[in-house]
Amino acid sequence: MSAATSWTIAGVRAALEAKKISARELAAEFYARIDSRNRELNAFLTLSPERAYAQADRIDAAIARGETLPRLAGVPIAIKDVLSTQGIRTTCASKILESYVPPYDATAVERLDRAGAVFLGKTNCDEFAMGGSNENSAYGPVRNPVAPDHVPGGSSGGSAAAVAAGLVVAALGTDTGGSIRQPGAYCGVPGLMPTYGRVSRYGLVAFASSLDKIGPLAANVADAAAVTQVIAGHDSNDSTSADVPVPDYSAELDKPLDWLRVGVPEDYFGDGIDPEVKAKVEAGISLLHKLGCRRVPLKMPHTDYAIAAYYLIATAEASSNLARYDGVRYGLRVPGATLTEMYRNTRERGFGPEVKRRIMLGTYALSAGYYDAYYLRAQKVRSLIAQDFADAFQKVDAIVTPTSPTAAFRLGEKTADPLQMYLADIYTVTGSLAGVPGISVPCGRTKAGLPIGMQIFGPHFSEGRVLQIAHAFEKAGGFDL
Amino acid sequence: MKISREDVIRVAELAHLGLTPDEVERYRGQLDDILTYVEKLNELDLDKVEPMAQVLHAGSGDRHPELRQDTLLPCDVAVPILAQAPDAAKPFFRVPRVIEK
Repeated sequence: MSAATSWTIAGVRAALEAKKISARELAAEFYARIDSRNRELNAFLTLSPERAYAQADRIDAAIARGETLPRLAGVPIAIKDVLSTQGIRTTCASKILESYVPPYDATAVERLDRAGAVFLGKTNCDEFAMGGSNENSAYGPVRNPVAPDHVPGGSSGGSAAAVAAGLVVAALGTDTGGSIRQPGAYCGVPGLMPTYGRVSRYGLVAFASSLDKIGPLAANVADAAAVTQVIAGHDSNDSTSADVPVPDYSAELDKPLDWLRVGVPEDYFGDGIDPEVKAKVEAGISLLHKLGCRRVPLKMPHTDYAIAAYYLIATAEASSNLARYDGVRYGLRVPGATLTEMYRNTRERGFGPEVKRRIMLGTYALSAGYYDAYYLRAQKVRSLIAQDFADAFQKVDAIVTPTSPTAAFRLGEKTADPLQMYLADIYTVTGSLAGVPGISVPCGRTKAGLPIGMQIFGPHFSEGRVLQIAHAFEKAGGFDL
Repeated sequence: MKISREDVIRVAELAHLGLTPDEVERYRGQLDDILTYVEKLNELDLDKVEPMAQVLHAGSGDRHPELRQDTLLPCDVAVPILAQAPDAAKPFFRVPRVIEK
């Protein structure tokens, strides 16, 4: 996509205000792009032109009346298909919800609607957001727009691919163990996981409730900040949403990085990291140093235990959350002679292999006789990992790491061995367990041309600082190192 | 071996998951790998460590933002919710017979 055809949120606003294009024409332009690329990429599961054009017409009417436009007026956006959208099918990329149409909007979705965004459609993902490659979708994998024989990452692979291919200006993703940051890294776009509780989870179909977060993927950091601004803030419909004021993120972006202390944990650069990834992230850290950050070496001694703790906690919560899909109230029902047989038939037919695997693991970890050995032990290790972050943030303002040990892998390369797939989440699950915000930003490409991601963590509710560092990095050419 | 075929069948029953014999064998092997890997948590001395169930933010303990005013709010959603049901006999969800004749 050439620069001339790439849109930013500020660019959409300027073009609408100057009446160079209408919101309806802009939506149509993006639908034409989707039409030409989606057959190949499979980034969208459902298009929602009826709602999109109604939203666009509302904006065009507001322009005609000379009203002040809301923050995201006319901005074409995609929404990951685990977020409830009123009147638009929401499948979670699962057969069990193939024809489910939510009667309400998720809070994050409703806030985007009120801010004037135009919802082009729902993006593909791993089934119930469980996966790191998008190969667990019941509707086929998404292809990476940068290298179509490679995965886009997951689970928000459709959102990342749609942004990277220019099919939308921004997208909502969700992140439980890396599902915004890792596909952002693999597709070469920034993706922010906000602090746990920063964005209401109301209307997000639950995977692991103590870990799930909603955040943006966008073509640039300023747009990620603008979307975060709209969706953040307390919501009485989510008892875990934090009642903490939301700062003006856009105003933070251009503050200088004077003497910010950036921690580099040696535990994130050890065995298993691809040398090309390591070299580019090191180059990224050097660039931050040139921009005025101080580099502080760190130790985060429990990093090596994060995968084990994460996969026990996340699957335990998933086994409980997914108990609701039983064929009684909504979604697929496969008949059976008894109620139990109906449950079993419905879940056998409705869930894919990875979802079943995680439900089994979580059920096992919570079952009588194993709870203390697995689930309780994992929760204790979660405390230690959170403490590693708390200790680190006594010494530094931010932590910089690779997002993933490798760049995107080939479709089918890792599907035979689930444990190997899980181990690749090592750099993202730590921050997920601690509940801190983290962004992945592009930091160059491998020799084969695949994007590499650098991750920036900050303390709880420091989205402003994380975005500020990422924005300075982008402006200094860090994305193309 | 951490987990047997019988364990897999028992867990599948607890989770209301139907599994084919092939799936039982495949999941047994995969769960065995994963459970062997998570053994590494036993390397840590956790006797004095408190479990962490949730991220609790400073200040949220005494301000209780999770509690709202105890007032009735309208929740008139029965019609759209029943419209999604695979088998509804308004105002109920219908399921196969639970109690034998």
